[in-house]
Amino acid sequence: MVKRRDFIRSSVLASAASLIGFKIAHAAKMPYGYVPVLSQQDIPFSKHQDMVVLNDRPWNIEAMAHLLDDRVTPENKMFVRNNGIIPKNMDVNTWELLIDGESALAQKKYTLDDLQSKFKSYTYQLTLECGGNGRSEFNPPAKGNQWTVGAVSCAEWTGVRLKDVLNDVGIKDSAIYVGYYGSDTHLSGDSSKDAISRGIPLSKAMMEETLLAYKMNGEDIPLAHGFPVRLVAGGWPASASGKWINRLSIRNKIHDGEKMGGSSYRIPCESVAPGTEVNDGDMCIIESMPVKSLITYPKSGALVRRNQKFEVRGHAWAGEKEVRTVDYSVDFGATWQACTLEKPKNRLAWQHWKTTVSLSKTGYYELWVRATDDQGMMQPMVVPGWNPKGYLNNACHRIAIKSV
Amino acid sequence: MNKPIFNLLNILIRLTSITLLSILFLGAFTLYLAKFYEPKRIEPEVANSSLKQQTEVTEHDFIIDEGYELVVANCTNCHSAKLVTQNRATAEGWKNTIVWMQETQNLWDLGEYEDKIVAYLARNYAPTQQGRRKNLERVEWYNLEPEQ
Repeated sequence: MVKRRDFIRSSVLASAASLIGFKIAHAAKMPYGYVPVLSQQDIPFSKHQDMVVLNDRPWNIEAMAHLLDDRVTPENKMFVRNNGIIPKNMDVNTWELLIDGESALAQKKYTLDDLQSKFKSYTYQLTLECGGNGRSEFNPPAKGNQWTVGAVSCAEWTGVRLKDVLNDVGIKDSAIYVGYYGSDTHLSGDSSKDAISRGIPLSKAMMEETLLAYKMNGEDIPLAHGFPVRLVAGGWPASASGKWINRLSIRNKIHDGEKMGGSSYRIPCESVAPGTEVNDGDMCIIESMPVKSLITYPKSGALVRRNQKFEVRGHAWAGEKEVRTVDYSVDFGATWQACTLEKPKNRLAWQHWKTTVSLSKTGYYELWVRATDDQGMMQPMVVPGWNPKGYLNNACHRIAIKSV
Repeated sequence: MNKPIFNLLNILIRLTSITLLSILFLGAFTLYLAKFYEPKRIEPEVANSSLKQQTEVTEHDFIIDEGYELVVANCTNCHSAKLVTQNRATAEGWKNTIVWMQETQNLWDLGEYEDKIVAYLARNYAPTQQGRRKNLERVEWYNLEPEQ
């Protein structure tokens, strides 16, 4: 097994090591700290060196499970998902938000000062998970960034309620959707194309926790995460939470921006056999994300002594819903024991769970964790229903442990 | 009376020889590795043909095989090589991806190169049967110490 460190590419020998590594591992996973010097010049963020770069144009970077141990995700361990190119030179002094659309009573523009002075600010911890988190496990494989488990975060977002701003503009009765536009640019460089322009139904837009955020963890939002202002619609595929927002349209129909149609962020309306071709017309938009959990301590690969007690902990979340129970198994799902589960800090925040484990026999174990939401929906043990784009894999998280 | 000097010279010569030989050997080995692993560059005739623009190869991500240069030149203008190499698909799947990029992402007509590109991708980045759930792989074992 080739270690990540071997991917350093500053010498011929290191190049050789990376090629060997590639052929053995069949994965071009390279941590942020070691990207080639040439591309390092444009890296507009700083991430923990164990973060995994899936793609560097556009930037797509995920955490490993053990990096997500913090109760509130710090910037350097937060996944990055981009459809286009991160905008340069975002200037907060010239930034404006235009609100328009068929169902807006007026067109209005707001500066950041306007937003902060006219509306009350709120702070919530909000879970954002990429719709394609877990895609790498689908069989047959689904096209796109091959996320494993780390495209999820729960940071503390501060901003104004989207509903307060929409109400200030005025909403016609015909309104059903709010679409966003951002300042990121299309990969091809074609300025007539949007990289992504998705949105949320009016009902989600009017929720108390749906924010036009301008702070993350108490600081200005980092550029890679949407500076100066972004949407945050917790519990939904993170693509609904547009970054670098400059325009919102109150629509009288489902927003028809880039990545709203086709098979993007959609799953078959009725479940299909693996590998089935599905017509675009038979695909439905993903809304709330399913129940899921993550073991963030210990890191997979722990060697423990027989009968040694050790803490196991992590987070659980359930889209729009709350997690009711979290259970663990150390016998491949044959028996389950309950973990201690905290209530969420606020609605749509992930919940922390923990337990103490000891293994009375030596041998190879896997620790599995399974969350159940307040409607009784559980995480499956195997990969759930196949879908063409590989969304919504909420199969239980597993780590390897040896008792020695 | 010359003996100690001779001995000293002898040792010096031996040491120098060993050092020189080591340097030569290491150098040759490095060159060998470099030659063996250095990816081919795009040939000028390929770069200057109908391809939209020449791509400087800064990443050595692709598996080196017939058609490699075409893939680098045509597939890394808009996105990184990593978007290709982390995916797996059949020839049909790769072809569909190309068509999708042409219809929606401004990818140009690949002309005669298309078949070669699809063949390269299908050969080197083919799906494997991974079932409904894989074993946990690439586990790095470590001793779990009590937390502070």
